[in-house]
Amino acid sequence: MYLVKVYVTYKESILDPKGEAVKKAVHQMGYETIESVRIGKYFEIVVNDNDSAKVEAMIDEVSDKLLANVTMETYRYEIEEA
Amino acid sequence: MKFAVIVFPGSNCDLDLFEAVHTVLGEEAEYVDYRETNLDAFDAILVPGGFSYGDYLRCGAIARFAPVMETVVEKAKQGVPVFGTCNGFQILTEAGLLPGALQRNEGLHFRCKPQRLVVENNETIFTNQYQKNEEIVLPIAHAEGSYYCDEATLAELEANHQIVFRYADGENPNGSLNNIAGIVNKEGNVLGMMPHPERAVESILGFTDGLRLFQSMAQSFVNAK
Repeated sequence: MYLVKVYVTYKESILDPKGEAVKKAVHQMGYETIESVRIGKYFEIVVNDNDSAKVEAMIDEVSDKLLANVTMETYRYEIEEA
Repeated sequence: MKFAVIVFPGSNCDLDLFEAVHTVLGEEAEYVDYRETNLDAFDAILVPGGFSYGDYLRCGAIARFAPVMETVVEKAKQGVPVFGTCNGFQILTEAGLLPGALQRNEGLHFRCKPQRLVVENNETIFTNQYQKNEEIVLPIAHAEGSYYCDEATLAELEANHQIVFRYADGENPNGSLNNIAGIVNKEGNVLGMMPHPERAVESILGFTDGLRLFQSMAQSFVNAK
């Protein structure tokens, strides 16, 4: 059993208006030192398979086609024993 | 001519599409459930606006994997006309039938208003009833309509005249790259746009510029026979 943590974030060139809105709110809290906020997605996926190579290949495909929109986003993941 | 109006869980502009092509235009049309995999009976496929799968994960990201979409992609590759509006446009980009992606509107606001557009390419099967560079007004209603693609793709779209509709100069409602409101694929049989022509087919609704898009499709069908 594996626990896979997938992080999906916008590519650097992509505008993130939601992140900008959060940054404004943080400034309203009084923290002017925060220069940038960008929002991403985090997935926790439990896989019932002991072949780590197979799992990685599967997560790559799932991330490429579903979890991330590769036009705008990139992804990375960590695998650990569940 | 027989139109298929695909219906996903959460689609809500399917009725408007059906009304536009069937009641107003007078063509045959049928609602097609997202689980249906046979589209042989249809001459054109319409992908509606709305909130398919609740916009979960990303708009259109999950609809792309509905059983019917495999057939839609196949049919598109065979040259069958496919038209998507709003969420339909988002689904077509997620499915890879059109390049690029639709992002959250630049100002974050949901834009719901009459929008001035320019018909840049009137030589497609969807726009042959419009004049070149004609200015039209169609309603928009979206929060994720900002069109994005990388530089290479943008250059290709411009060079191939794949940009069919642009927001009128100075009136870009969502931050779309190069004011792009609607694009067609290289082969010219798949169109996606953010505005709603299906809501612009009767004067009682205040807009009529959308009817000619569906008339173009019907005319192209007749011409092709």
